[in-house]
Amino acid sequence: MDKKETLIPIGPYHPLLEEPEFFKFYVEGEKVVDAEVRIGYNHRGIEKLSEAKTFDQATFTVERICGICSTSHPFAYVRAVEDISGIAVPERAEYIRTIIGDLERIHSHLLWVGLAGHFLGYNTVFMWAWKYREPVLDIFEAISGNRNHYGMFKVGGVRRDINDIAGLLKAIDDVESFCNMLLKAVIDDPVIKARLKNVGVLKKEDAIAMGVVGPVARASGLAIDVRKDHPYAAYDRVKFETIVMEGGDIFNKTAIRLLECVESAKIIRQCLKQMRPGPIDAAVREVGAGEGIGQHEAPRGEVIHYVKANGSNYPERHKIRAPSFMNVPSFKRTVIGESLADAALITAAVDPCYCCTERMAAVEPETGRVILTGQELVRLSQEKTEQMKVKLRG
Amino acid sequence: MSVIEQIKTRFGGKAAVQERSPRRVYLTVQKQDVTALGEFLFRELGGRFSTASGVDTRPGVEVLYHFAFDRDNLVVSVRTLAEKPELELPSLTPAVPAAEWVEREIHEMFGVNFAGHPNLATLLLPDDWPDGVYPLRKKTFESEQELTAREN
Repeated sequence: MDKKETLIPIGPYHPLLEEPEFFKFYVEGEKVVDAEVRIGYNHRGIEKLSEAKTFDQATFTVERICGICSTSHPFAYVRAVEDISGIAVPERAEYIRTIIGDLERIHSHLLWVGLAGHFLGYNTVFMWAWKYREPVLDIFEAISGNRNHYGMFKVGGVRRDINDIAGLLKAIDDVESFCNMLLKAVIDDPVIKARLKNVGVLKKEDAIAMGVVGPVARASGLAIDVRKDHPYAAYDRVKFETIVMEGGDIFNKTAIRLLECVESAKIIRQCLKQMRPGPIDAAVREVGAGEGIGQHEAPRGEVIHYVKANGSNYPERHKIRAPSFMNVPSFKRTVIGESLADAALITAAVDPCYCCTERMAAVEPETGRVILTGQELVRLSQEKTEQMKVKLRG
Repeated sequence: MSVIEQIKTRFGGKAAVQERSPRRVYLTVQKQDVTALGEFLFRELGGRFSTASGVDTRPGVEVLYHFAFDRDNLVVSVRTLAEKPELELPSLTPAVPAAEWVEREIHEMFGVNFAGHPNLATLLLPDDWPDGVYPLRKKTFESEQELTAREN
């Protein structure tokens, strides 16, 4: 390491991320010149665990991989198992799956927008976004009995029916108007625009090379969306737009997430209106032998599960790939050359899930002396916003 | 020409093509052809590297590289085998950068050595994890040798 460079370790507890990750930034003055990442602090061996569960039990195990996008993994998992022997799912179950999948997108995106707002020093955005996220969780509670970990999925169908269509339509209208309001407030704000434009740009060729997915890919001009490209559930029976932008910066990523909330509300409304009465479960007795792949467009991008079955009641192998596994490595191509005040926000912009733990420190490598604490790094970012506010508003 | 036809034209002699459904195609290749096929799928056919998965089998660790073709509603999985006991495979990372992390993961979990990988450092397991213990293997090589001895 060059003498002029200072090592800034961030983590394992990142102030914005739910899961512990350890970032090491090498900085010269304010500028980041190199970066490394280390993950695995939260590795629970779910893939191995799944081999000891029956196909039905594993649905619940994978639901507990993530507390925010908790339905994404069961969604991809049941599709992988259904792919093994081509199990057909009843139409009504397909609609219910779509509704759950996109309700989750709304609450997950609102959560991110709120925390990003807090980090920028916009606590109003934080409070708004989380206030409007609350009714979405209420909808989940009305449908499944749970605000999180809904337990709705099973191989061959869903576990609960949706009955109160009129009530849900009303609730979705409210959610959509909140999202539209928040969208205008955030996108039109000159300070947020100045603070996020051209920060942490992921170029299109880098996005292709790193195989990024979801809003991160779509912000860099890649028009990929599993819901459109590999139609499943009821996504080919509803009309919605794939939001694609070219800039690749944090502003684009934020705008895409907010616009997607509105699209998700449209999807849910169409599903509720188009659903016809019918069975919700194919009553699968046996999975059979073979292998299957299941994909789902989670809020953060494509989730893919690979399941190998040997004819018994247990998966022989269950591979799980979450979207952040593709998105997190891309930070190395976005953070270098940026200032320290932006670094933590850039690593968080891929939305690898969030956390309330706050422990981040900048340390001089030789002495181990702490030169900046986590709170000070957050303050650094908030101060930059304040300076921009003064500059822009004169 | 469709993706499958192009693969057949270019790698017909080398890859065993199994069309499980219109949306799922599995290609089985010898390990020396993996890199060329992976590069062809990624660079020329525009496939998106989605992930790779390992399965511990009797003859070795079977590795599948999954490529998503988003314009064609298709997932192509390239299957190859790292034979015991060396468990050596050529790395796909120099041709397909997105494979870097998942090859590190397979290296840690199964002990597969990816020749030509830029950085096979520990990614997921703790720093004090014992050498030679691979959590996703079905059983250790020793116990398998004992089993074979008993069967004989």
